[in-house]
Amino acid sequence: MSNDGQPAQDPLIDETQAEERRSAAARLFDIRRVIGGLFVAYGIIVTLIGIFDSRAEIDKAEGVRINLWAGLVMLAFGLLMLLWQWVRPAEAPNPNEQQPDS
Amino acid sequence: MDGGGLRLNMNGLDYLILALYFVTVLGVGFAARRAIRTSVDFFLSGRSLPAWVTGLAFVSANLGALEIIGMAANGAQYGVMTVHYYWIGAVPAMVFLGIVMMPFYYGSKVRSVPEYLRLRFNRPTHLLNALSFAVAQVLIAGVNLYALALVMQALLGWPLWTAIVVGAAIVLAYITIGGLSGAIYNEVLQFFVILAGLIPVTVIGLVKVGGVSGLMDAVRDSKLGEAGLHAWQDTASTDNPLGAQWIGIVFGLGFVLSFGYWTTNFAEVQRALSAKNMSAARRTPIIAAYPKLFIPLVTIIPGLVALVTVKGLGADKGDLQYNNAIPLLMRDLLPNGVLGVAVTGLLASFMAGMAANVSGFNTVFTYDIWQAYVRRGRSDEYYLRIGRWATVAAVVIGIGTAFIASGFSNIMNYIQALFSLFNAPLFATFIIGMFWKRMSALAGFWSLLLGTLASLATYLLYKGGVIGFNSDLEESFWGAGIAFVTVAVVAAILTPLTAPKRDEELRGLVYGLGGVDLKGDVLAGDAVWYRSPVLLGVIAVALAALFYIPVF
Repeated sequence: MSNDGQPAQDPLIDETQAEERRSAAARLFDIRRVIGGLFVAYGIIVTLIGIFDSRAEIDKAEGVRINLWAGLVMLAFGLLMLLWQWVRPAEAPNPNEQQPDS
Repeated sequence: MDGGGLRLNMNGLDYLILALYFVTVLGVGFAARRAIRTSVDFFLSGRSLPAWVTGLAFVSANLGALEIIGMAANGAQYGVMTVHYYWIGAVPAMVFLGIVMMPFYYGSKVRSVPEYLRLRFNRPTHLLNALSFAVAQVLIAGVNLYALALVMQALLGWPLWTAIVVGAAIVLAYITIGGLSGAIYNEVLQFFVILAGLIPVTVIGLVKVGGVSGLMDAVRDSKLGEAGLHAWQDTASTDNPLGAQWIGIVFGLGFVLSFGYWTTNFAEVQRALSAKNMSAARRTPIIAAYPKLFIPLVTIIPGLVALVTVKGLGADKGDLQYNNAIPLLMRDLLPNGVLGVAVTGLLASFMAGMAANVSGFNTVFTYDIWQAYVRRGRSDEYYLRIGRWATVAAVVIGIGTAFIASGFSNIMNYIQALFSLFNAPLFATFIIGMFWKRMSALAGFWSLLLGTLASLATYLLYKGGVIGFNSDLEESFWGAGIAFVTVAVVAAILTPLTAPKRDEELRGLVYGLGGVDLKGDVLAGDAVWYRSPVLLGVIAVALAALFYIPVF
């Protein structure tokens, strides 16, 4: 029994694998931008609501200024996501075409 | 229908938050379209995604309808014992998938879980599994859709059919257009939105009951009593809220049911198959295990808070069912603003569940049914087109099954139980086939078929009143155990009587024959110690054990 060698071959899988060079997956955008954007927007909206919260709304939330806090946390999280994307942009996903960066 | 009492007081800003989310979800679908040229791009995201993305999608695909609402309900009904579903149920199984099974799945380049069965055993086994998976997925998608519509009806006052069609149309749009990338990217987004919705409910709920110690005191005085605060202490007998002994929890829930669900359910495994290399694929379920460790904090704690603050919770019907624990807290505690975020999070979770079913279905239908048995040898573009039509078909059938589900008060539980039974024999067939290379193709087919029939028979006899169990849960433990034993016995009897598969056909598919390359495609940076799947997995399991200490 040899321990090297390729995994078992299958025609259907091979056909699909052969198509991989046409793949457009490298053009996929970075999801961190979308998460960051949505949370920044939510953060701004909810923080603004929180600033203008009435007494009744604060009392409903057991005296916690939840809109203000939740808004600020979401804003910070959104900005962190954008910062992360900015500091460490996505590596090109196709390992065949580029040498490892370091 | 009930619902008037649950109606939330949403204002324009809440709806703005919800609308912003729907627009973003559709935008992600459209933007992902650029990245689709081949069928692999559509069904497996071109195997290009980083581990943190596939990992969060992996956990999100499971954060569907029955999970959030159901686990909060279990928290209110069974108390702290609900953590077993996470810490002994999910986490060890996810780690096992990443460390032990993923090398065979990803290394053999199979495009789906049923396809593994085709290579390991034979075409009849494959067809059996592909068909049962496809049927199960559209049925569960319908149940998810119905649950989504019920929540929209109760909380927002939308008519049921409007809610069903709107929910279905959004999921349909972003998967048909954006493929698996659209589904996975939205799942990652959903993961964060779900948390943003659940954390405020949990925090204010805890403030209301006076913090963790206040909650514990209140639970002691509730109908659960002291037993509601312990996970293991009363499990020497079945005299505990869950009605299960420790041995049933460890082997039934922890081993057979959970391993069956997490390791062979293609709607989950598909997320890992879309990872960019072997290391990322193995880390996918393990990265998912970390959020999974903490999710009970935002499901079980709200459940317990609801138990002690909502008078009369636990009614058989009406607004005060356990299932409404989280919606009731949202109504009572959240002001406009975070309320909009929480509703968005809840709807996101329902769409995440349905999207996982639909994207699993279209892949299995196209690769495992259409390409393998109906139309072979067509161009890749042809199968890409079939995949898009399969998505449309899945959603349309899902709408149909949603309306069927609406006709039965309890069908969600039945379907869920029924399909959890399919997972146990499938897992047994997988695990024996992976570690016993002699197991023959014929034995694989008959093991899977008879194991499934055995668990189904147990279930039907229980429902028919022929054999009795203490609870539905006990039945599912026993059904899964019987299925596992049946598969093992059938495999042991048939294998010596039938011809083995040749070694070279099995290379890369079974343990001990080589052909699995764990390192060949590593990228720079994957070799660092903190990205080692084994180390990460061991830490996750150790954390799960540690978390049990305060609630022993």
